[in-house]
Formats: sequence, structure tokens, C-alpha cells
Amino acid sequence: MTLDQLQQGKPAHIVSVGGDTALRRRLLDMGLTPGTVVEIDRFAPLGDPLELCLRGYHLSLRLGAAEGIEIEVLP
Amino acid sequence: MILALIGNQNSGKTTLFNRLTGARRQVGNFPGVTVDQALARSRQFPDVEILDLPGIYSLSPYSSEERISRDALMSGRVDGILNIVDATNLERNLYLTLQLIDLGLPMTLALNMMDEVEQLGRSIDVAALEEALGIPVIPIVASNGRGVTELMRRAHETTQEKRRPLRPDLCSGPVHRALHAIAAMIEDHAERCQVTPRYAATKIIEGDELLLPRLGLNENELDACEHIITEMERELGTDRLAALADMRYSFIQPMVAQVTQQHADRSEMSSRTARIDRVLTHRILALPLFILIMSLIFWISFGPIGLSLSDGFADWIAGLGQKTAAALTTAEVNPVVVSLVEDGVFGGVGSVLSFLPMILLLFTLLGLLEDSGYMARIAFFMDRLLQHIGLSGSSFVPMLLGFGCTVPAVMATRTLPSRRDRLLTVLLVPFMSCSAKVPVYALLASVFFPRCQTLVIVGLYALGMLLAVASGLILRNTVFLGDSIPFVLELPPYRFPSLQSVWRDVAQRAKDFMTRAFTVIFVVTLLIWFLETFDPRLNVAGEGDSILAALGRLAAPLFAPLGFGDWRVVSAVISGFSAKEAVISALRVATSGMAGGFEEALKSLLTAPAAFSLLVFVLLYTPCSAAVAAMAREIRIRFSLPLIVLFQTVYAWVIAFFSYRFALYFADGLYLRGILTLLLLVAAWLGIFLASRRRKPNSMNGKANGK
Repeated sequence: MTLDQLQQGKPAHIVSVGGDTALRRRLLDMGLTPGTVVEIDRFAPLGDPLELCLRGYHLSLRLGAAEGIEIEVLP
Repeated sequence: MILALIGNQNSGKTTLFNRLTGARRQVGNFPGVTVDQALARSRQFPDVEILDLPGIYSLSPYSSEERISRDALMSGRVDGILNIVDATNLERNLYLTLQLIDLGLPMTLALNMMDEVEQLGRSIDVAALEEALGIPVIPIVASNGRGVTELMRRAHETTQEKRRPLRPDLCSGPVHRALHAIAAMIEDHAERCQVTPRYAATKIIEGDELLLPRLGLNENELDACEHIITEMERELGTDRLAALADMRYSFIQPMVAQVTQQHADRSEMSSRTARIDRVLTHRILALPLFILIMSLIFWISFGPIGLSLSDGFADWIAGLGQKTAAALTTAEVNPVVVSLVEDGVFGGVGSVLSFLPMILLLFTLLGLLEDSGYMARIAFFMDRLLQHIGLSGSSFVPMLLGFGCTVPAVMATRTLPSRRDRLLTVLLVPFMSCSAKVPVYALLASVFFPRCQTLVIVGLYALGMLLAVASGLILRNTVFLGDSIPFVLELPPYRFPSLQSVWRDVAQRAKDFMTRAFTVIFVVTLLIWFLETFDPRLNVAGEGDSILAALGRLAAPLFAPLGFGDWRVVSAVISGFSAKEAVISALRVATSGMAGGFEEALKSLLTAPAAFSLLVFVLLYTPCSAAVAAMAREIRIRFSLPLIVLFQTVYAWVIAFFSYRFALYFADGLYLRGILTLLLLVAAWLGIFLASRRRKPNSMNGKANGK
């Protein structure tokens, strides 16, 4: 499953981060490393981008970027 | 001694910079690759200069800001690093810190926002953090100045004694082995480039395109490195980029857990942001609330308050000018000199100063929005609208300000995260009809299209926006191709903004604009005065034989294809360069000798299609001198600026030409309504088309949320 399909408010952990090098690099730098627990706070009123909570802070990224992030929903 | 101040966005860097340097402010610029960074003297230690580097999250070479910071740090001119971190968000902030430690420069860590840490019921063991990182750590509150003196003292001491980080080796596991193997092998190469072997090894693993060629490794060494890295990747089961990021975070995470203690559960503090966000970024309420807030800001800055202040200022200067002129006249000074003083000097000063109240008001309000954290939310929920023209939501507010005045709109682009976005936004802002163009629209529309005034004006606004979208698409696919930086935006917690800190920044900005724009606006006003006052033989001009009129006559044939080839109109357009509303006053002066009233005169000069074409031209041709000065200031390209001005004028000419031909085709002003309706329909269709293109991911959310 990819991050864009994650249900709001459900914690999941990151399996892998895809995308072109610049995007990937930025996501890893912002702390979206494999194993990190993330949760979707909300989607913007127009549907894109989404707001993510990880490592105790909040981050906004586009659905396009979220599509490249493989996740696994935590039980 | 130069200390580089560096930190993440939203870490309070600007506040600290202002506090450290105070009123002394800028002493010069530190030449960067593309942008000059502010360099200011420390208040406490006159021998220390502080270099304000862009707010960044990492030292990778993917954005211009990161490259600038890296180049500055590696230039050999920086003696020490002052790294500021948000103590409420240590985990992510320390990521940059670890990379900075790799550089091996004397370094001091400022632990900012300690007051919030306390409010959250937490405490941080500063001594333990110092021990773990091997660099001095000083807790501060930049917003009220707590700890700042001590910070500066320690930073000064560390740098002066050239104390390098004590633990340059913060890693473990397979990455550690790989780093060490590579570092040992390339040690002499690194020394030749004046970087630490560890930093060079990190960059080799990251595949850094900037440092690699400089290191000058031979084929064998490159192969050996590659072998070590693939071995590491195999062992970890991830690729090299993820491995390095993971190594840093795996070091930080347990360290932060160890030094931080949660004494009391104060989750209501952290949920404050969540509660505010539930309203401000609410699915339905977000947009109306945003419109309300922005309308209020517009109303205050460009509406009655800002306007009366601006007019008051301008009137006061004009009054002063009149008094001076009267005094000079009674002293029987040459009337040309009197006119120079009154219209040229006082007129120029007045037009510069009239921007001042608006800039002060607007940027105070915007600064409050920025510091409170709401600006990031605007970028969050407006992003979708700007995505397809290659911009991000962060450009929305500057674009919106363009409807008020191009000058602050261009100045507001300074907070955009990348130079590319800044440049593209600055180029698109002039397409938004600024408020100075409205009197021109209103006058020509009421004279030539009395039955559809509103439609004409709305149509012009729509045309501007439509062309902005079109130009954005073109620029994105040509000049700015592939240069886009990913939109990954931190949403900081809502904070109570400090008026004092905002005000310092605003005052500096206003001063900056005044000093830089003054010359340009002043020179342009004087030039226009000169052109209006003298004839080509430099005698005082009579009716219709000024240099401006001559220029108008000279340029008139160029404008004939647009339908307004009369010199009076053309010279009015030329004087519009000083300020857009000047087009009307110039027209009034130029037609004063003609029979009938102003309206009759206009009607004899222009046909309805020609008036329409003139309106389109006024919408699009180069913005006023103040805006051009602001553009030059913000994007710092002096040489290509005349080119941009020329391009905008040519662009305006082409579009006005087609508008004229189009209008002529329908001949009668009555049919203009048809054209404009058509235009609006096209705009609406485009909107719907773009909206439908966006619906796909939208429905996916619906599914995801509906579960």
C-alpha cells in the first residue's frame, strides 16, 4: 500500500521511499526513513496536498509524492 | 571573524539574527553564487560578523539555498558555525546539526524556544546533549533574548580558540564501516580540497555531483569506493541515500529520548495547534476564513487606512512643495527651477514616500501571519491551485498581493523557499491588475463602454490571470524546465507572534526598499519631468512640443497597428512608467488644448476597439518604475532587467494587437460584450477543465476517507 491510500488518523510505518532523486532525498532528509511511524492528519480542502505527522512534527506533501512511499499499516 | 548562522526554517533564525546584530544591521554582503547573503556586525563583539544563511533542512546539493549555504561554509572565509535548533522539535532539527559537525568547523549549538519546552512540560538535559554531540550547547529563547548573551560569548570563545567538534564520528553499524574505509582511502584527496575525510566520504556515498569531481579520484579508487558502498547496501538491504539518512536519524532518536524528560502531561499545549487547525484548515471553512483574513489585510493596507495615510503623506509633501515653490517664485527664481523643485524633486520624493505607509502596514500584518504559522497553512491549502503552473502554494499570497500593488507583492516573494519559485512568481505578479491600473480601466470603460463597464473591468482582470496561467505554463516548460524543487513543507505549530520581532524586520525591509527604490523612482520622475518641460532644443516647451510629445510622435507609428497611434496617447503611455495612474493625468494634460471636454477629446482620439486595445496594453506593459526597482532588488539581476522590461512591453504589444483585431472584427462597441462574454466563457471552461483534471486524486481521497 502507498501513503496516499492511507486512511486519515491510522498510524503506519514506512517501508520504502520512491520518486526521483531530488524528491527522495528531500523526503529522507525530512525524516521519512524506512521504519518511521507516520500518520495522516488531514487532506487539504481541495484534496491535495496532505498533512502528515511524524517524529513529533507536521509536514505537508503532495499526493504525487505520497504515491511513491510504500507503507504498512500498523495493527 | 565570521560566524555563519544556520538552521532549519521556522527555528527562529531571523529573530536570533536580529537580536544578535540589533540596530547596527548590515555591514555588507557576503558574495554567494547567486544571491548575496546578509552580513552584519555583532552587537556584543564588534570583531564578529554574522552571516545569515538561508533556512535549510540538509546540506544536500539539490536546492540553490542548500548550495549557497554549503559554498559559504566551505569557502574558507567562515571561521565558525552558529547552529540554531528548535528545541521542541529536536529530532528533525539535529539532522542538519550532524551534517554540520561533519564539516569540522568550530561550532556552537543554540537550543531555541526553551520556554515552549517548559510549557510542554518537558526538560532537556543540556549537559548530556553537549556530551553526546561534542559541541557547546546553550539553551536560549530568541524571542525574549534569554541566554543570547551567553550564547554569543560561548560561540565567540569556541571560534576564537578554534575548538573543533569533539566527536566527529557520530555513526554506527555497516555505514560506519563503509565511511571509515572510504575516509581512510581518500584522506589525501580530501585534504587537498580542504574538507574533512569524513565529510568527503559521506559525500562520496551520497553520490554528490558537486564535490566528487573536485576530489579527483582515479578509476581504481572510484571502483573501490563503489565496491564498499554496494557491500554496505547489501548488508543493510537498503540503498545508499536511505542508509545515510537512516544512520543519522538512528543516532539522533535514542539520544533525544535520553536527554529529554517529560515531567507532566501537557498534551493540551500540543493539541492547541490541532484545535486551531481543525478550524483554519477545515474542509469547508478554510477558504471563507482565508478570504476573510486576506480581505481584512487588503482593506487595512490598500483600503481607507493605508490610502488615507499614503494620501496624507503625499499631500503633505505636495503642500511642502507648493510652499517652497511659492517662496521661490516670490524670490523671483527662474520658473523652470521652481517647476523642477515642485514637480520634479518634491513630486519624486512624494511618490516614493507614498509607498511607505502601505509597505509598513502590509508587512507588519503579513509578518504576524508568517510568525503565527498561518502562512504555511495558506501554502498548504492553496497549493493545488498553483501546482499546474509549476509553483507551490507558498506563491499564492505574493500573487494575491499583486492585485493591491506590485511592489509589496514582489517584496513578499522573499519568504519563498527557493530562488526558482521566487523568480517565476516575480515574473507572474505583474499580470495581476494592480490597484493603480483601476482608475485607467474605470475611466476608459466609462467613456467607451458605458453599457458594460463592469464586464470590461472584470474581463481585464480575467485576461490578466488567464495570461499569467498561460505564461506560467510556458515558462515552466521552457526556461524553468526540470528545475522544480519538491513541495515538502513543514507546518510549524501555531505560535503567538511577537510584534517587536516582526516590527524589526518590517522596519529593515522598508528602509531597504526606500534606499534602493528611491534612486530609481526619483530618477524616473525627474526624467519624465524633464521630458515634459523641455522641447528637443532644450527650450521650455510650449503646448504639445515637449520632448515627451516628440517621443510620442516618434513612437506613434509603432502603436498605429494597435489602434492608438496618436502621439498624445503614446506619450501618456510613456509617462505611465512613473506610475500607472499617471496615464490619466498625462492624457488630461495632453488633450487640454482640444475642443470639447476630456471625454469628447478622448472619443476623437480613440475608437472603441482602440480603447479596448489600449486597456489591454495598460494591463500588460511593463510595471511602474517602483515595481521594476523592487524586482531588481528581489531577484538581483541587473543586466537582464531591461530585457525583461522590453519583453513585457513586446508581449503587451502582441496581445493588444490581437485584441484590437479581434475587437475590430466585431466593430461596434456593442459587440465587445460578446467578445468579453466569450473570453469569460473560455476562462470558465479552462477552470472547469483544470478542476476536472484534478478530480482524479480527489475522488481517491474521498474513498480513503470514507472507509
